[in-house]
Amino acid sequence: MRDIHINEIIPAIKKLCIDANYYIGEDVLTKIREYREIEESPTACEVLDIMLANYEMAAKEKMPSCQDTGIAVVFVEIGQDAHIVGGDFYEAINEGVRQGYKDGYLRKSMVSDPIIDRKNTTDNTPALIYTDIVPGDKLSLTVAPKGGGSENMSEVRMMKAADGIEGVIDFVVERIRKSGGNPCPPVVIGVGLGGNFEQSALLAKKSLLKPLDYINPDSKFAEVEKIILEKVNKLGIGPQGLGGNTTAFRVHILSKPCHIASMPVAVNVQCHAARHKSVVI
Amino acid sequence: MGKTVELNTPITTEELMKLEIGDKVLITGTIYTARDAAHKRLVALLAEGKELPFNPKGAVIYYVGPAPAPPGKAIGSAGPTTSYRMDPYAPALMDAGLKAMIGKGPRGKSVVESMVKNKAVYLAAIGGAAVVVASAIKKAEVIAYEDLGPEAVRKLEVVKFPCILANDIHGNDIFQEGVKQYKKD
Repeated sequence: MRDIHINEIIPAIKKLCIDANYYIGEDVLTKIREYREIEESPTACEVLDIMLANYEMAAKEKMPSCQDTGIAVVFVEIGQDAHIVGGDFYEAINEGVRQGYKDGYLRKSMVSDPIIDRKNTTDNTPALIYTDIVPGDKLSLTVAPKGGGSENMSEVRMMKAADGIEGVIDFVVERIRKSGGNPCPPVVIGVGLGGNFEQSALLAKKSLLKPLDYINPDSKFAEVEKIILEKVNKLGIGPQGLGGNTTAFRVHILSKPCHIASMPVAVNVQCHAARHKSVVI
Repeated sequence: MGKTVELNTPITTEELMKLEIGDKVLITGTIYTARDAAHKRLVALLAEGKELPFNPKGAVIYYVGPAPAPPGKAIGSAGPTTSYRMDPYAPALMDAGLKAMIGKGPRGKSVVESMVKNKAVYLAAIGGAAVVVASAIKKAEVIAYEDLGPEAVRKLEVVKFPCILANDIHGNDIFQEGVKQYKKD
């Protein structure tokens, strides 16, 4: 058994919130440059150039690359031989979010209830926290700030086995077509297949944590990812929906077993920033 | 990419007549921020026949909820938010004299029709390019609805604020035309 004090967790979460918003992943920058080379629309090329310049400026000036610094989605993997001490674990994560969003000059985007008052909580809490128990005595923390514009274009559909893989492909492509310029394309498309209603959505979200050059170990799904990406990039939507060939950088599929009667499919749309940062304590 | 045009606020119909979708537009002067929560209140004021917190004649509204300003900066990161959420309110503001809206993503049919009727335009700023946009904002001041936090109405002084003409006064729409042009199969 290894003790991990919350005094280590709070600053770690704070730093992840700030770093994820200031410093965009090298995998994103690489994709923008790659697609810039093959993009046919002059407007789209200009938009991609501005996106690159913005990411460089954000890192240099230590400012969030986007004003929508998101809901703080926190993924935790806690080793079964680790022991959290010094206080409430979830409160420690929220305290880290509170400090990160205040001291990092990040926008506070949470409202306390979704429909009646919609009053801002003023510190961007509560975070959304997902915890998995894993072997070992380490604590792995990932912060993935998720903006509202792309999240609003996401969907879960309970499909039938008879819809087949063609049905899944059509559903995902149609979801992106209908989203147009709203989710800040070029997007990353997270697809969760199987499980049940809520697990499919979580799988789609978790798939977005994979690097953009990740190779799906399941070659069948790797092929489906490729087919969806090709179809999406033929839609013509382009960066910001202004027209072009660069609508998505990547499709990730994560799948799990499901009930004999079901075929849940979730599409979680991610804007071009694809923000996430991790640390292991 | 179309031609580059500089516009100063307040904006006149004559200036908008020469604009085409795809033009790069650089705005200088005073613009106002509002998102859906502020729009709801603005349109309620109009319905009651009351004055808005700013003069809507020839005005420009930017759909943004900026991040807090770090020390030494006029404003924090300030890229556009998704515009369709303001669609239910935009026609009433154009009827009151609003000449330009800045945001990201396509607009609904009723907003496009209202732009033609009122000779107003919609400009796309680059979503996610929030630091680039912030560098064009020289001064920011909350003028209404401070309780809304990032969603309060702000008066911004901007110099060469960069955007792309998405909808002109003739009903042309870059979100339709651009997709048609680059769609394959």
